[in-house]
Amino acid sequence: MSIKLEHVTYTYNPGTVYEMHALKDVTLEIPQGQFVGIIGHTGSGKSTLIQHFNGLIKPTEGKVLFENQDVWAENYELRKLRFQVGLVFQYPEHQLFESDVMSDVCFGPANEGLTQEECRERAKEALNHVGISEEYYDKSPFELSGGQKRRVAIAGVLAMNPKVLVLDEPTAGLDPEGRKEILDQIAWLHETRGITIILVSHSMEDVARYVERIIVMNEGEKSFDGSCKEVFSHYKELEKIGLAAPQITYIMHALAAKGLDVDLSAITVEEARDSILKALGKEKPCSEILP
Amino acid sequence: MLRDITIGQYYPADSILHRLDPRVKFIVTIVFIVSLFVNNTWTAYLVSTVFLAAVIKISKVPFRFIVKGLKAVVILLMITLFFNMIFTPGTPVFHFWIITITKEGIVTAVRMGIRLIFLIIGSSLMTLTTTPNQLTDGLERLLKPLEKIKIPVHDIAMIMSIALRFIPILLEETDKIMKAQIARGADFESGGLMKKIKSMVPLLVPLFISAFRRANDLAMAMEARCYHGGSGRTQMKPLRYHGRDFGAYIIAAIYFAVCILMRIFGRYLL
Ligand SMILES: Nc1ncnc2c1ncn2[C@@H]1O[C@H](COP(=O)(O)OP(=O)(O)O)[C@@H](O)[C@H]1O
Ligand SMILES: [Mg+2]
Repeated sequence: MSIKLEHVTYTYNPGTVYEMHALKDVTLEIPQGQFVGIIGHTGSGKSTLIQHFNGLIKPTEGKVLFENQDVWAENYELRKLRFQVGLVFQYPEHQLFESDVMSDVCFGPANEGLTQEECRERAKEALNHVGISEEYYDKSPFELSGGQKRRVAIAGVLAMNPKVLVLDEPTAGLDPEGRKEILDQIAWLHETRGITIILVSHSMEDVARYVERIIVMNEGEKSFDGSCKEVFSHYKELEKIGLAAPQITYIMHALAAKGLDVDLSAITVEEARDSILKALGKEKPCSEILP
Repeated sequence: MLRDITIGQYYPADSILHRLDPRVKFIVTIVFIVSLFVNNTWTAYLVSTVFLAAVIKISKVPFRFIVKGLKAVVILLMITLFFNMIFTPGTPVFHFWIITITKEGIVTAVRMGIRLIFLIIGSSLMTLTTTPNQLTDGLERLLKPLEKIKIPVHDIAMIMSIALRFIPILLEETDKIMKAQIARGADFESGGLMKKIKSMVPLLVPLFISAFRRANDLAMAMEARCYHGGSGRTQMKPLRYHGRDFGAYIIAAIYFAVCILMRIFGRYLL
């Protein structure tokens, strides 16, 4: 029950002047149920990488295995894979096409061959999970706000009940509040549905507080792969490839260098506050001391 | 999947042909196409073949890349050849049902085939070695005299360059939307004609919306930079003839003169 990539290399337009080695010898395994972040600079190969997960593109070299089966084997049913690994592209709202929200979300399940009733059930559940209420079901998707459109588009993939949900920069172009809303909803989905979530982003700060594992991509290669703590401890190397660890990481490392015994794995402001207070021997957070 | 279309595509390389003034390439291409219709002897076709081969060699564009562009028009070519073959009267060599193929028909079809293939290769060689921007610049300059009779040459050139610029963008967009819908289980391949047409809706609707959105954004961006048509607009890289451009004109003129001479004295040739 996992996605496995073995020595995957991908080249766009091989043999022409436009040849582009987008992935170079990437090997990784993502077990079922994990919440993973894939981080990298623009052009580092994140989108190319995730298109291998549901068989949209065929690796130039190497293997892609889903549940221990080679998805590019002769008789593998790629179409079935697409319903199990749901892929939400960047700016998914650009793929909406139906006249109302309900029918658009039903597109995926209908392709799966479900009856109209079942499709509606699935769609309702999915829309509910992304926080789109019933009053929007009959509206045209083009009347909705940017954030709502995106959530409808995510519901369109979610309605296929995938075991793995891959989201390519789901927060791109949203304001901070919309970003947090979407990410909270995704985290909530991970908890309630227990599905694997693979979240692509170019922002550490966004991803760090949600995921349990981070894969860092750089120029088509996997440069780090591990827990947030492990990856952020390489914050100096991360900087060199155009990424930054969360600001808290910098503060904590600076404090540790001065000899304070703080927890270097802190990511959020709250964790940092507690850890610093503890190191200073003061148990109570300020808010409880203040009148 | 859609990236196989090479007609109208630019192939970056460092060759004299790439550096030639777009006006030269435009005029020489037209001269070459006219020469194909002036030719009526096999010797003349041989001369044109040598000329074309030399230009391809100089262009540094791989031959394989040029031929790829031909694939797209192969069906059209077949149909033309077929009708040429059956509708030319003359000595019959082959008869089947109501179709009669004549000796003259075969000769006409072969000549037509050579003309069409050369025509396509010749014009794609021009677009392969000239960026769309240069191409429309050149066209605008060549057609400038038409402004005297109130033809909006600049606007036409601008529309053309925007259209050319949008082709790769829209192809890329099509690719993206197609992938996104395939990820939702869409099936663009199997099924009969009706099913295939229906399956295009999830592709075409977003594509049109995206094209309109882009057009809108572009119009806004142009207006924000005070674009108001061609009058008084200067160019960052004005076109200027160099020595090599005159050289190219002379070679083309010699080639064309030879073609005309071969036409006049055709009866002494093969
Ligand atoms: N369809 C394509 N054709 C050619 N090159 C591409 C295509 N898609 C991406 N690339 C190139 O591959 C590299 C990796 O791109 P991508 O996977 O989109 O990176 P990211 O999602 O991390 O920004 C980039 O250099 C990009 O220019
Ligand atoms: Mg990307």
